[in-house]
Amino acid sequence: MSAGLVHRYIPNTAPGVREQMLAEIGVGSVDEIYEEIPAELRFAGRLDLQQEPRSEADVAREITAILGKNRTTDDLLSFLGAGCWPHYAPALVAEVMGRSEFLTAYGGIEVNDHGRFLAVFEYQSMMGDLLEMDVVAAAVYDGTTASGDAIHMASRITGRKELVLPRLMDPDRLSALLNYNGPWFDTVFVDFDPATGQMDLADLAAKVSDRTAAVFLENPTYLGTIETQVQEISRIAHAAGALLIANVNPASLGVLAPPGQYDADIACGDGQPLGLPMSCGGARLGVLACKNEVRFVHTLPMTMVGILPTTVPGERAYTWHALFDRIFYGEREAARSFSGTSSFLNAIGAGVYMALLGPSGMVELGRSNMQKAAYAAARIGAIEGVKAPVFAGPHFNEFVVDFAATGKSAAQVNAALLERGILGGKDVSAEFPALGAASLFCVTENHTQSEIDRLVDAIAQVTR
Amino acid sequence: MTHIDEPADEPIAAAGRYLEYQAIDTGYRAVRWHEKTLYEQSRPGSTNAILPPVEPGIAALVGDVVAALPVAARRARPPEMPELSEPEILRHYIRCSQMTYGYDSGNSMGLGTCTMKYSPRINEQLAASPKVKALHPLQPEETIQGILEIMYGMRNWLCELGGMDEVTFQPRGGGHGAFTDACMIRAYHHARGDDHRDEIITCAVSHPCNPATASAAGFKVISLYPDEITGELGIDALKAAISDRTAGIMMTAPYDTGVFDSQIAEYARLVHEAGGVVSLDQANFNGVMTRMRAGDLGADMVHFNLHKTFSTPHGSYGPGAGAVAVKKAFRDFLPVPVVEFDGTKYRLNSDLPHTIGKIGTFMGMVPNVVKAYAWVLSMGADGLREASEWAVINNNYLIKKLLEVRGLDISWPNRRKLQEARFSLAKLHDETGVGTLDFNYRLADFGVQTYFESHVPRIVPEPVTPEPTESISKEDVDQFVAAFHHISAEAYSNPEIVLTAPHRSIVHREIHDYENLTQVPFTWRVWKRTHPDG
Repeated sequence: MSAGLVHRYIPNTAPGVREQMLAEIGVGSVDEIYEEIPAELRFAGRLDLQQEPRSEADVAREITAILGKNRTTDDLLSFLGAGCWPHYAPALVAEVMGRSEFLTAYGGIEVNDHGRFLAVFEYQSMMGDLLEMDVVAAAVYDGTTASGDAIHMASRITGRKELVLPRLMDPDRLSALLNYNGPWFDTVFVDFDPATGQMDLADLAAKVSDRTAAVFLENPTYLGTIETQVQEISRIAHAAGALLIANVNPASLGVLAPPGQYDADIACGDGQPLGLPMSCGGARLGVLACKNEVRFVHTLPMTMVGILPTTVPGERAYTWHALFDRIFYGEREAARSFSGTSSFLNAIGAGVYMALLGPSGMVELGRSNMQKAAYAAARIGAIEGVKAPVFAGPHFNEFVVDFAATGKSAAQVNAALLERGILGGKDVSAEFPALGAASLFCVTENHTQSEIDRLVDAIAQVTR
Repeated sequence: MTHIDEPADEPIAAAGRYLEYQAIDTGYRAVRWHEKTLYEQSRPGSTNAILPPVEPGIAALVGDVVAALPVAARRARPPEMPELSEPEILRHYIRCSQMTYGYDSGNSMGLGTCTMKYSPRINEQLAASPKVKALHPLQPEETIQGILEIMYGMRNWLCELGGMDEVTFQPRGGGHGAFTDACMIRAYHHARGDDHRDEIITCAVSHPCNPATASAAGFKVISLYPDEITGELGIDALKAAISDRTAGIMMTAPYDTGVFDSQIAEYARLVHEAGGVVSLDQANFNGVMTRMRAGDLGADMVHFNLHKTFSTPHGSYGPGAGAVAVKKAFRDFLPVPVVEFDGTKYRLNSDLPHTIGKIGTFMGMVPNVVKAYAWVLSMGADGLREASEWAVINNNYLIKKLLEVRGLDISWPNRRKLQEARFSLAKLHDETGVGTLDFNYRLADFGVQTYFESHVPRIVPEPVTPEPTESISKEDVDQFVAAFHHISAEAYSNPEIVLTAPHRSIVHREIHDYENLTQVPFTWRVWKRTHPDG
């Protein structure tokens, strides 16, 4: 069936090459090699799929037509966030990420991949500056797996079996953490202050003990509030000999206290806000960082790029080889890790973003998100029967709106907003029933005042 | 160690039979910028107006929200990041990219187990469309019908290729796919009240992610070693490992050695008979597409690497995608959501009774699914078969040619290999002192991608594991082999050249002179502290 098939992606399908190479190998046909697979295990049927190759033009036409059925956040005014945030993605980020060498490199070594290692080292460095942490992993899969890695580290470092988590957590993240950490930990939840959404410190103090491996802090929280008690939380954790893991949003760190400032031991988060597109939730960057102490660095289950000397004095090699001994490539089951190929390209892209913004831009980014979200919350909260923000106190770029007093559910409000070309917040009323007809709205630096005003007007109309 | 930059290659070539030298004399001299870090180029005060300003009306209403934060919650000082203008930043990254060996940069057949193949650019264009990039994963289903249609289409392809019944795209890489399998195995036994099943059997020539993820999921791991003659696990060894504590087997097929274990269906039968689950890692699927289906061999679950077999680019080390496919009996254990189609509309179903829940955020690696889908459309089933055949032909041609190189042997020589093979330079090392690492550094001098040596444990000494996929031409293989001949001749005649390599690459070989990792700077802030003089 395939003899004579010339395919544009397979250079050797040019006529005559197959015969020549098979003759060199000393077989009459490739089937002789496939005899390595026992006859009864060889698939002899015909796949129920398109058989023939398609031209590039046909593939482009077909897929463009399918994708055309999507209505995107370019078509609709969106206020969805909840872990995938609509920030501005600068042109330079996509340009650098599209460079063929970065796009298609993989497992080269320092002598021929110096450039990608340097770019990743710079990502680690700028992220380290942002976090005020000395050691940053090259990249793990996403923010959720980064928190799983952080917790695994805490388990290995302390040998303790209890993990203290905030009750106000993204249920999806929690579900993932139970997969990552279920066999290793008992999970203890800390209550939140119903007025502010922040951690209930008295409850925290009651639940942290000498069994606690780590306290997991989310800042901002899943529901957008800023945790202002970071110093106290750090003190309570450390007083019990537990570690403090801070899960942060890097876009907030120009203005919010970085984990290093409150002595967090391990930091994690997702770097998607740093210039990466939303891509239906598929463009992620797991951020993982720790203190520069042996017990941390030697349990960090992912590659990092470090600087080593070379055989030429003064020359720097940027290399990931300093680390292979303690990840699964070196230790197999002893490494207890799940990260291989992760997201270096996204790390390089996030590095470009941080370089472009620089320190003043990162401060501006954080401030702008806070101001615009505060503006949106205040204006929505002024609508009759609509409570916003549900929690008092400062927010970063997300806040909860409760529509209960309008008699409408969050889903009903969203459906009505969609008729007006607006994607409302994430309906969190099922996740947190106590919050009422609750919806989590996201407003970033990339929303204009007139867009926010349009949302406010629309909410006023649909809740009337 | 002395350094010989730019050794006199030409006399060596002229002295020997190495007319092949012409084939490797690509004229390659690595682009070697003395590129400083962004930090060393920083010019304080440089800014780039990227973000939209905050409108006065907003600022007037809310005031300085940052100053209103309690001091402890506020950043005390601005981050010490570099400050440069946009064109300077672009130039820096362009130079970094020039000092990177991508698949597209040249002959990239060296990286075995990685399945380095051409990533078609039309696929990149389609996945970069605003119709993908500007989608939020929590949008109502009716607004994302296009992307769901593509995910469902790719699901159908993978089910058919794997002989399986359902797919999740949630895993973000191959290791993550194996971890997903391990979690499902755990959940499966838990649902049956079989929590005492806490052992996973694997094979030392399976990818390291198989034992590592089983261990991360809480299992004890039993690693079996391949038979010295056959390269296979063997029924007896497996039987000895199986017990009432067996949760399952996680193994790679074909192995990283290129050996296809002919008894694999019998292993599956034995594990099933003992109440265990069979998970097959299809990282090495590239040589067997349409030739064998994991489901037909008895696998309950498999993972495919879209960034290997299905052409999505490796991205300097990700983002990849590990799609997991399962048999019907395991559908209810999959992470959620799964994509369904009722004949009219596509929908996301999160309501699976035994689901392990989430292992990552949202719907998974959506852009990579678009790229992989475009690739299978481009190939068709006939093209996939053709691709696998060429991966196998190229590899067997490489084996034939490479075995003529002095000092090089192959492991399990009595077995034909499929997509790759593990060679050994042990003889060369014994006779010349040149080991596989030296050899690899020298290879870099010829503008050819370095090769993958081996995963651990290194059963084969001084290992070499290339993988010439279907994207590789006969000329590429000939060039790679010629470089091996040349370097081998150098090793026997003037080993110093190889032992001090590379000479024409970007930097020289690294020195591992530290007691623990805290002495290695992983960020500039640490470098600066430990190297005050630069």
